[in-house]
Amino acid sequence: MDFNLTPEQIEIRELAMKFAKNEMMPKAHEYDEKASMPLEILEKAWSLGLVNTCIPVEFGGNGFSAIDSMIITEALAYGCMGMNTAIMANDLALLPIVIGGNEEQKLRFLTPFTEKYKIAAFCLTEPGNGSDAGGLKTLIKEDGDDVVISGNKMWITNAGYADLFVLYGTTDSALKHKGITAIVIEKGTPGIEIGKKEDKMGHRCSDTRAITFNNVRVSKKNILGGLNQGWKIAMKTLDHSRPMVAASAVGGAQCAYDHAVKYAKERIQFNVPISNHQAIQFMIADMAVKIEASRLLVHKSAWLLDNHMPNTQLASYAKAFAADSCMQITTDAVQIYGGYGYSKEYPVEKIMRDAKLIQLYEGTSQIQRLVIAKEIFSRN
Amino acid sequence: MNIFVCLKQVPDTETKIIPSADGTFIETSSIKWIMNPYDEYAVEQALLVQAANAGSTVTVVRVGSSKDTEALRTAMAMGADDAFLVETADNLDSYSIAKALKGAIVKSGKSPDLILTGKQAIDDDCLQVPQILATMMELPSVTVVVGYEGSANEIIVKREVEGGALEVYGVNLPAMIACNKGINTPRYASLPGIMKAKKKPLTIFSLADVGVSDADRRVKYSNFQLPPEKPPGKKFDATDAAKMASVVKDVVGLLRTEAKVL
Repeated sequence: MDFNLTPEQIEIRELAMKFAKNEMMPKAHEYDEKASMPLEILEKAWSLGLVNTCIPVEFGGNGFSAIDSMIITEALAYGCMGMNTAIMANDLALLPIVIGGNEEQKLRFLTPFTEKYKIAAFCLTEPGNGSDAGGLKTLIKEDGDDVVISGNKMWITNAGYADLFVLYGTTDSALKHKGITAIVIEKGTPGIEIGKKEDKMGHRCSDTRAITFNNVRVSKKNILGGLNQGWKIAMKTLDHSRPMVAASAVGGAQCAYDHAVKYAKERIQFNVPISNHQAIQFMIADMAVKIEASRLLVHKSAWLLDNHMPNTQLASYAKAFAADSCMQITTDAVQIYGGYGYSKEYPVEKIMRDAKLIQLYEGTSQIQRLVIAKEIFSRN
Repeated sequence: MNIFVCLKQVPDTETKIIPSADGTFIETSSIKWIMNPYDEYAVEQALLVQAANAGSTVTVVRVGSSKDTEALRTAMAMGADDAFLVETADNLDSYSIAKALKGAIVKSGKSPDLILTGKQAIDDDCLQVPQILATMMELPSVTVVVGYEGSANEIIVKREVEGGALEVYGVNLPAMIACNKGINTPRYASLPGIMKAKKKPLTIFSLADVGVSDADRRVKYSNFQLPPEKPPGKKFDATDAAKMASVVKDVVGLLRTEAKVL
């Protein structure tokens, strides 16, 4: 057993943290305020290899392990959780291709992402289907060598800028999970109607929109894993993406914690720094414990992936615990800052707003508990 | 061109420094090491010169412990081709370090066309190694350089002097150039660069390999200690006009006897 990062992983972390601190943090507040996509920063992150960590080396990727990508995600979320969402959404959209695509599809869809900064969007959620993903209604109808897609998608990250959409639909909604089909749709295909940008509480710089697919015609060559094979791909994608989202929670929490520790040493009340007060010490100690525990869950769930062992349960542990901890930690960071914490002049209120989304996307904290309970009772 | 960069690994600027138990150095076990920031400019300049002169190689050289090789690995991840480490756990003086660097450069088998360094290391701030090294290698040198242009044979460098003025030198290569902030903007080591760096050669020499012995030590460090804590300032109550004369007398007295400024 070894808890040490390898020398390369330490270097990867150093680089990602340097990028987070020098390039992302100084601009995080500004992009949050104007709620615009930080394309310049995202492209720079891509040029350093920080984006699309899931692409295998055979298709032009860097050959990162799952743990490597967790290290990168944590660091980028430290810089700005919203910008990291724009980066992470690429992986979320490309993972179904990595997992379920054939060689031809991987070469056609993944490799261009290694040659130029491109943006991808994962289209699963619908206005009427969030947690109940198996009940989605977007119809994928066979028509000769093509399929025709019609339906509405909601809360789609990167929607307004995407070069590629990876969509989950159904060939027959009565089939529930067994009708789910995953397909790749390229930008510019007629019938894609992008909605207006959502005005969100947090992750404000990431571009979130509804998308309507009006009889969008796509070749069957773009179907991943065959018709009605989408559910398995979706579940395997979550095994990868949930630890990643959990890693982003660790990054956000670590950032809020670092701010809180620094502030507690500077802020004088009753003639001493507030770090001398036990009430503050206990909050800080709880934060530190939760961050370390979250990180260990993230790393273990990624380690299982790297070693080809089932990680569904651990991935949900990591996602539920890290997201809930991040919410608590960022809330306490605002508490430690007092009135200043509630002001946009100080960094912690944004992180608290950003934290909330982590409990919602990629399966709410409640869905994670459902997954965990199902794993427990199906085995005992 | 054979371009060499001599670099140092220094404690992160946020490190809390404490003297080691035996007092001959600082406690290094919990230190986070980084490449000396001025050396980053030297690495970047080497890579820029390499890009402008096809077929050039960039070799990085360091004297220090083999336990932490971050600075050399970072330089190779930025783009340097190979690295040499002269291994020592000791805190050597500037003369020994310069001699070890020269030994490693000679032993590398490549005749240097250009040696780049940072203008100083931010830990001990000795500002000596570049000049001593240039003297030992019988090369012209310019330090505190903020501008660099030229060919593989001849360069024009700008050197910052007090008051913000610039000296401009034409220098025939080979030469030793010590870089200052402003000469360029160091690139990030990219992730593909980090992965590639794993396969780049890092050769380790001992001090004996490069001909450095204890007899070369001009300076030996005997005692590191933290500066004494500053005593708190004294406050005088000057609100009561009636007592003003005696307060002034006290202040003047203390300035004379304690602060010894009068």
